Amino acid sequence: MIELEGLTKRYGEKTAVNHLTFTVQPGIVTGFLGPNGAGKSTTMRMMLGLDNPTAGTVRIDGKHYAQLKDPLRYIGALLDAKAMHGGRSAYNHLLCLAQSNGIPKGRVTEVLDTVGLTAVSRKKAKGFSLGMGQRLGIAGALLGDPRILMFDEPVNGLDPEGIHWIRNLMKSLAAAGRTVFVSSHLMSEMALTADHLVVIGQGRLLADTSMADFIRQNSRSYVRLRSPQRERLLDVLHTAGITVVEAGNGTLEVDGHSPEELGELAAGHQLVLHELSPQQASLEEAFMQLTAESVEYHAHSDPTAPPTAAAPPGQQPQQGWGASWQQGNGSNDERGA
Amino acid sequence: MAAAQVLRSEWTKIKSVNSTALTLSLAVIVSVGLGMLISALSKNEFKNLSTADKLTFDPTFISFSGLTLGQLAMIVFGVLVVASEYSTGMIRTSLAAVPQRATFLFSKVAVAALLALVVALVTSFAAFFLGQLMLGDHRTDLGAPNVLRAVLGAAVYMTLIAMFSMGVAAMLRSPMLSLGILMPFFFLVSPILGSVSATKKVAQYFPDQAGLKVMQVVSPPNDDAPYGPWGGLAILLVWVAAALLVGYVLLKKRDA
Repeated sequence: MIELEGLTKRYGEKTAVNHLTFTVQPGIVTGFLGPNGAGKSTTMRMMLGLDNPTAGTVRIDGKHYAQLKDPLRYIGALLDAKAMHGGRSAYNHLLCLAQSNGIPKGRVTEVLDTVGLTAVSRKKAKGFSLGMGQRLGIAGALLGDPRILMFDEPVNGLDPEGIHWIRNLMKSLAAAGRTVFVSSHLMSEMALTADHLVVIGQGRLLADTSMADFIRQNSRSYVRLRSPQRERLLDVLHTAGITVVEAGNGTLEVDGHSPEELGELAAGHQLVLHELSPQQASLEEAFMQLTAESVEYHAHSDPTAPPTAAAPPGQQPQQGWGASWQQGNGSNDERGA
Repeated sequence: MAAAQVLRSEWTKIKSVNSTALTLSLAVIVSVGLGMLISALSKNEFKNLSTADKLTFDPTFISFSGLTLGQLAMIVFGVLVVASEYSTGMIRTSLAAVPQRATFLFSKVAVAALLALVVALVTSFAAFFLGQLMLGDHRTDLGAPNVLRAVLGAAVYMTLIAMFSMGVAAMLRSPMLSLGILMPFFFLVSPILGSVSATKKVAQYFPDQAGLKVMQVVSPPNDDAPYGPWGGLAILLVWVAAALLVGYVLLKKRDA
């Protein structure tokens, strides 16, 4: 279990991490989500004792990181793929890590095999592709057979096969009862792997919730209506006591009523409908709304609009990865394959 | 964290990169080769020397002439051992494995210094014996007064210079910046300031100038240093301790 309490990191005037308090529960995959620059990596570095917090503490099984005897046996981390000496072979890279924590030599060949680098174990790391570097970094994280694993943006820059591999690895690690803490800036990625979700924006905690709750709360389903007789339709809906949200482009959105009910109501008043469609907001949309105010680097073209408005409204809901996830687990593998 | 584990780990690190063998073998070859060359030249030039110079002729120190250049390879070795952790990004992996920063830094320095000492001993004895061979009639031998002290002192000097570089590299973190300061300092600044009488008073307390004293058997004619061989070595030691201490304090304080 990892406990963060009031964790804060300031660089001069700028606050990178602002009073973060949450707990990473054992035995599940916790997704650590936030837009770029939200402070995810800084938080992870502080968890590993690499950066000193300005205020607050991180405890791993009740201890500070520096108090852990042979920390690689408690917690394995992949921070960035190339945090290694390029002139050293994969085997020697892992060997020196193993020796520093009293991990038997045999474990080096084991983890090399797990990540599929046995064939290149005597090759220098500088010749490795990003994917191979990522695998070697993961081998280092697995080396001490730790109860807790931490991955910072593990799928960044990987090809579909590598993404698929990492996703399955994290699932199998959690299935084996390990604590997995993984950061990402993609809701879609989290929806596929995480059981629990911690969302931050500009260093502040925005959400700390189970994935199921997040989906329940945020996957709003509604009906979209479009009519050339918009004003009359609005009147009819109001009279019927139905709450309407006026969306852009002359469309109306209605919560909590079935399309059948709305269609029949319109027909009863002889209204022409150009659109009557059930919609489901994607998790990606929900995430973007959650972090909209805290996104650090807005696109310059339209600084006032929230990110959701940037995409054509008619297309987005069906295309979000979160939506595809909700349609059943069968669609997961399409993306990873 | 057992220090023995970290020492073993650092030994694996140091022997598994090419730069170690490259820099250390360069240190041996340059020191010994240049020492032999200058010894041979000195033998031929001996008859042209002034009487004063003849009286203070120091065959031991002459055979160590190559060290002024060879020590640069030792500096590169010392800098790369520490600073390559930063330039490669390995430091984050290293400190995650060994969060006790004192254990991490001093194990690394200990392993590197021990290796440097072994290489420096080979260098100093080889430079001495081969240098004496070149000097012919003007040679001395290991049994002569203070000669063994000078030969061992030369090895200790090279080791300490490498350790000093490790401390500087721990402070500056960048290999390029560290080398960019250390190389010109030891190769240009210190020798120049040391030979100008106005600045000599200060320059004689520089790490290399103070440390050189321990490998001299006879004091040079214009030498007015207020310290002897052991005093000089002590000054160098203070420099090394200060560099490593500041390096450690910064490592302890800074984010990796």
